[in-house]
Amino acid sequence: MTHAIEVRNLYREFQQRAGMAGERRSVRAVDGVTFSLSAGDVLGVVGESGCGKSTLARLIMGLLPPSSGEVLVDGRSLAGMDRRERARLIQPVFQDPFSSLNPRQRIRDIVGLPLAAQGALSSRLQADRVMEMLARVGISSEMAERRPAQLSGGQRQRVAIARALVLRPRIVVCDEPTSALDVSVQAQILNLLAELRRELGLTYLFISHNLAVVEHIATEVAVMYLGRIVEQAPVEDLFRTPAHPYTQALLASVLTPEPALGIPDVGLGDAYPDPANIPSGCRFHPRCPQAFDKCAQTMPDNIRQDGRLVECLLAVSPPAKREATPGLAPA
Amino acid sequence: MTNSAADPVLSVADLRVTFGERTEAVRGMSLSVARGETHCIVGESGCGKSVTSLAVMNLLPRGAARSAGHIRFHGRDLMGLSEREMARLRGDKIAMIFQEPMTSLNPAYTIGSQMAEVFERHRRAGRRAAMDRAAELLARVGVTAPGMRLGQYPHQLSGGLRQRVMIAMALMCDPELLIADEPTTALDVTVQAQILRLLQKLQQELGLALLLITHDLGVVARMAQRVSVMYAGQVVESGPAAAVFAAPTHPYTRGLLACIPVPGTVRRDEPLGSIPGMVPRIAPGFIGCGFRDRCGSAMPECAGAVPLRDAGGGHTHLCRLLPDATRAPGA
Amino acid sequence: MFVSTAARTGWRLPPVRHLATLLGALIVGVAVVVALLAPYVVPHDPFLQDLNQRLIPPMWMDGSQPEHLLGTDQLGRDYLSRLIYGTRISMLIGVMTVVMSGLIGITLGILGGFYGGRMDDLVMFLITCRLAIPLILVALTVVALVGSSLTVVSLTLGLLLWDRFAVVARTTTMQVRTLDYIAAAKAAGASRLHILLREVLPNIVVHLIVVATLEMALAILLEAALSFLGLGVPPPLPSWGLMIAEAKDYMFFSPWVIMIPGIALFVLVMGINLLGDGLRDLLGADLKR
Repeated sequence: MTHAIEVRNLYREFQQRAGMAGERRSVRAVDGVTFSLSAGDVLGVVGESGCGKSTLARLIMGLLPPSSGEVLVDGRSLAGMDRRERARLIQPVFQDPFSSLNPRQRIRDIVGLPLAAQGALSSRLQADRVMEMLARVGISSEMAERRPAQLSGGQRQRVAIARALVLRPRIVVCDEPTSALDVSVQAQILNLLAELRRELGLTYLFISHNLAVVEHIATEVAVMYLGRIVEQAPVEDLFRTPAHPYTQALLASVLTPEPALGIPDVGLGDAYPDPANIPSGCRFHPRCPQAFDKCAQTMPDNIRQDGRLVECLLAVSPPAKREATPGLAPA
Repeated sequence: MTNSAADPVLSVADLRVTFGERTEAVRGMSLSVARGETHCIVGESGCGKSVTSLAVMNLLPRGAARSAGHIRFHGRDLMGLSEREMARLRGDKIAMIFQEPMTSLNPAYTIGSQMAEVFERHRRAGRRAAMDRAAELLARVGVTAPGMRLGQYPHQLSGGLRQRVMIAMALMCDPELLIADEPTTALDVTVQAQILRLLQKLQQELGLALLLITHDLGVVARMAQRVSVMYAGQVVESGPAAAVFAAPTHPYTRGLLACIPVPGTVRRDEPLGSIPGMVPRIAPGFIGCGFRDRCGSAMPECAGAVPLRDAGGGHTHLCRLLPDATRAPGA
Repeated sequence: MFVSTAARTGWRLPPVRHLATLLGALIVGVAVVVALLAPYVVPHDPFLQDLNQRLIPPMWMDGSQPEHLLGTDQLGRDYLSRLIYGTRISMLIGVMTVVMSGLIGITLGILGGFYGGRMDDLVMFLITCRLAIPLILVALTVVALVGSSLTVVSLTLGLLLWDRFAVVARTTTMQVRTLDYIAAAKAAGASRLHILLREVLPNIVVHLIVVATLEMALAILLEAALSFLGLGVPPPLPSWGLMIAEAKDYMFFSPWVIMIPGIALFVLVMGINLLGDGLRDLLGADLKR
């Protein structure tokens, strides 16, 4: 069976010039990412800034060429594919609806662009498709004549969703689609995305830093840290029994509206993850509250079992006496 | 009455802020913060929460005008102070922390000289004493190797570290009131938890009155003793955090809480609660409930004057409905 | 109740700037109309010499004649008619230069700014080269080689004045390039031409309009300078620069012959600049709302 989307061993390196001296250093933003999704799945990708989740989104959308690795949609590689064909398979929804819509164009032209680029429809049919799509996301035909500046943030994000779906793509890559919105609007957009997925049988790659949002919409969750997926599991499993210490810390830091609980102690040290300077061994070990001596030397393998992937030495061979090495834990 | 009303550090009564003739951003806001108390103002963008803090500090942008019954700091009315007297208070007895530490620190100066400058200005201290004080406070907010950090520039620090520096800088002159405007919004979740823990600890140790402005109900629930929920320039509900979260009485607060996905309570394939419509633009002279166009319990009389209801224990809300009525299911 | 008021100036255009923009628009508008309708509005043939009617003073001086409102020049040609034809030449030079240099500069700037890398290096090199070329010397050489004519002058200026267009188009394109609507257009399968012309260009055009007005004013001044040096428009065409040059021998006894075209030049250039500034404010405000 072919997967709706398959990502094979994706790498992406950037050359960064530091300072006036022009000392070049390479930054591995995405460092060997592999996953696959069946049609109708939603993969939530979570992680903190600098973990490579946005670069991953751009690689998958074809906006950035990978250093190596490939992306297959319906078993066909996106590399070297005609831009129109690729547009029919995969479409983006971006974070900031203020910069993702061209301020100089009317809403109907913005949503019509993917159709116009295909060049296959008469302008009458194209206009009908655009209006139908706009109506589906809750934008009136009167608003279609306006420009983005006259719409609210939530309305703009609806327009961005209409543009992404007007070609009925297989995959929609949502890069933090609700992060710039207020909570009441965020809920409207999440509900809309969930409805559209069911109606149109879409597959989402949903990138977010907000675990609560991901839990609500995703069927499968991947946790990224410094360019790698360190844990991936079906959403219930990941939230009920997080296996990786980083996942545990992320979950512990979510502040739910429960006054009695207070601010959690996530137990992470001060070491800030720097993609230009990836630690040896397990890349999480300098911040890990459960790190032991082997973690600094040995890069953990992918452990796959029961549909779950974990990249942590604890998952293979827990140390005999963990308490004996508290040196790396925070004071 | 709690003792917060007896001897508040900050007490604001009937604050109004207008931007020209078209917008009234704050409409009759009252609040008080006592020593050792955290008072959170929560609301969505444009509700007037940040404008309130700027009005208290007399830092409103050009074109804005404020009026108030009083803005008292330790019983002294700030409304009558000259700009010069106000400047003497700012950064001294009243300190502020902003959302984006990168833009509120000057990139051209070292951390040490920026921290020392505040102290020298307000305390007429020498550079030596100011630097010692800066190092002491950096250590206190959990910055490792404070001596080295003093000589560094803002861009050399991570986001979390910059926010720690901002907090240390705010504490330089032993403030009695700390106003923090979205202090952790730009930070990753794990770092956010660390920073909030730090703020909470310092506040308890120093007996600070903390006015925390945020859009995040999770942060409010975990940090606040008192909450004021703002909507369209008004406090629509106010009270002890425990009471407000246990039994929210205003329809807006209830709607807002229903919008937040909470990990562990997710029901798949069930939409999140959402509030239809958008925040209205309020012009001076607006009468009635600002939420009535979006409210499920709206009645014709909501267009008239809205009564302030008391649910007991200092828990009040601004709504025609009695506290018990709004608690009825489906309201 | 205390009421403290911060300055009440809103973000609306202050009235003084508003007036300045209107004044600029009025001046440019009059210049355009006069230039277009020159043959129909001139009271006399601007080329007709009448040596009996030399150096008649304008209407506000003694000895003026009602049929020559601005008097006559040293060859007895009606000065108002020559001034009106001069508007035509100035506007023609200004527009042609801006169109040509705009095409060159904007194309180079967008290509460099959008593609970056080698393409940008090439564009930057061309801009540097252009900035190293001394305008007047090149114009002098060209005229010496091909002879002077209206076409030669506007071609020369058009090929030389594109640098500011290129610099502004390049930097603004670099800002626009990183915005998500460009990424969305790429993902939508739009062609590169569509992205450059429909997504990038309309969003940098505000900044280019300001450059266009600056360049137009500069071209008009340069043409006048070249004509004054005898390297611009050949006589007997009534260019303002040429009028000043021809009048310079008479300015001691008949100062108006030099003042009238001088003032015309000053007013037109100022009008164009006022209009440019005003347009930038108006269009910029439109973008924000």
